[in-house]
Amino acid sequence: MRSGVVYTETMVHAAPEQFVADAPYQLAIISLEEGGRLTARVDGERVAIGDPVEFVGDRNGIPFFRKA
Amino acid sequence: MRPVAIIGIGKTAFGAFPDRDLRSLAVEAGEKCLKDAHVSPSQVEAYYLGNFAGPSFVGQNHLAPYIAGAMGITGVPCTRFEAACASSGSAFYHAVSSVAAGLNDVVLVAGVEKMTSQTTPKVTEILAGAGDTCGEVRAGATFPALFAMIARRHMYQYGTTREQMAAVAVKNHENGAKNPLAHMRKVIAMEQALKGKPISEPLTVFDCSLISDGAAAVLIAPLERAAEFTSQPVKILGVAQTSDYVALDQKDDITTFGAVVAAAQKAYKMAGVTAQDIQFAEVHDCFTIAEIIATEDLGFVKKGEGGPYALAGCTRLTGPLPINASGGLKSKGHPVGATGVGQICDLVYQLRGQAGERQLARHSLGLAQNLGGSGATAVVTILGVA
Repeated sequence: MRSGVVYTETMVHAAPEQFVADAPYQLAIISLEEGGRLTARVDGERVAIGDPVEFVGDRNGIPFFRKA
Repeated sequence: MRPVAIIGIGKTAFGAFPDRDLRSLAVEAGEKCLKDAHVSPSQVEAYYLGNFAGPSFVGQNHLAPYIAGAMGITGVPCTRFEAACASSGSAFYHAVSSVAAGLNDVVLVAGVEKMTSQTTPKVTEILAGAGDTCGEVRAGATFPALFAMIARRHMYQYGTTREQMAAVAVKNHENGAKNPLAHMRKVIAMEQALKGKPISEPLTVFDCSLISDGAAAVLIAPLERAAEFTSQPVKILGVAQTSDYVALDQKDDITTFGAVVAAAQKAYKMAGVTAQDIQFAEVHDCFTIAEIIATEDLGFVKKGEGGPYALAGCTRLTGPLPINASGGLKSKGHPVGATGVGQICDLVYQLRGQAGERQLARHSLGLAQNLGGSGATAVVTILGVA
């Protein structure tokens, strides 16, 4: 799980109860280079469909990616 | 398989009712329905209830006998069906199966949800339980977020615009304003819809359906017995339920709901009709983009043409194919467990010519499409004048 491309994304403003403190946050579905897709959070700069991204790490079980 | 008819309907208003509990709403809809068909509780042979999250929203389990008992219905199978926002569509599908198979004759099918006693973040969290809690939901997905990502991809692949999505909201509010049972009977302007508070970009508050309380019920029986109960039976021409993966990131193409396409094909085949024969439809507009995709998946327009079709006014009450004459989930409200059966009731009002100000000119063949989650359950029903 090293890198991939943004398949789709959204900026979440209305968060569920457990993530209210994180909002707004960007969520994306990443098409992974190794195949398959993964729903992940985006760290740092905002990304758009087609942007290449790289895996940053897991935080509290949540995978984070950032613009490559 | 025996032909099956709808012989009675009953609905509560949809809205925020702080003084009403879940059971009283379901009982009101059920009793209105029995009265409509001149049927007593002792004649009901089974009770099928759709409810998504009564245990989470109000802390009550064992809902079907709990509600049936309050109506004086005992000694018969009473079962709750859960399929996210398609819970009562699923209950309806299984109830029709039981009557068609000859297992039961007079069956009451209902849906109920009591949502407004929780805060919006809590409701958002409970609804998210219909997604994959080990994947997308753990990462922070909400249902608006999942449909926002669907919208982004639809915009990217087909050029669908914010204005086209807003046109769905404007139209549904225009229709809902004419529906005395609707939650938000308020007309909205295009400018307003475009400038709503962001919920999950690109969706604003005006792209999202409402958090509502409400219940709906229908009574079904073999077509050959329908005349015993009503002078206006409605024939169930086709009904199908299908499934797909729960997690959005497991689907190859998120701009279409495979379960809806499959259910529609089965229902059309069963009814012996095509998409072009359908005169009006109630579709699952949990978000404006979902209505646009529904018009494509149901075969009313080609893939990618749902947005322009909506913006051109083709789905308005006076258009060639009125969609969500009731106001849809957007304006009528979306008490999730009640929505599937509520849509069936709305078709029946039209088929009987009882839709008041929103009555359509052509109203002898209608379709309802009920969606669960981000497309893991779909139910499509086709009804006609018997």
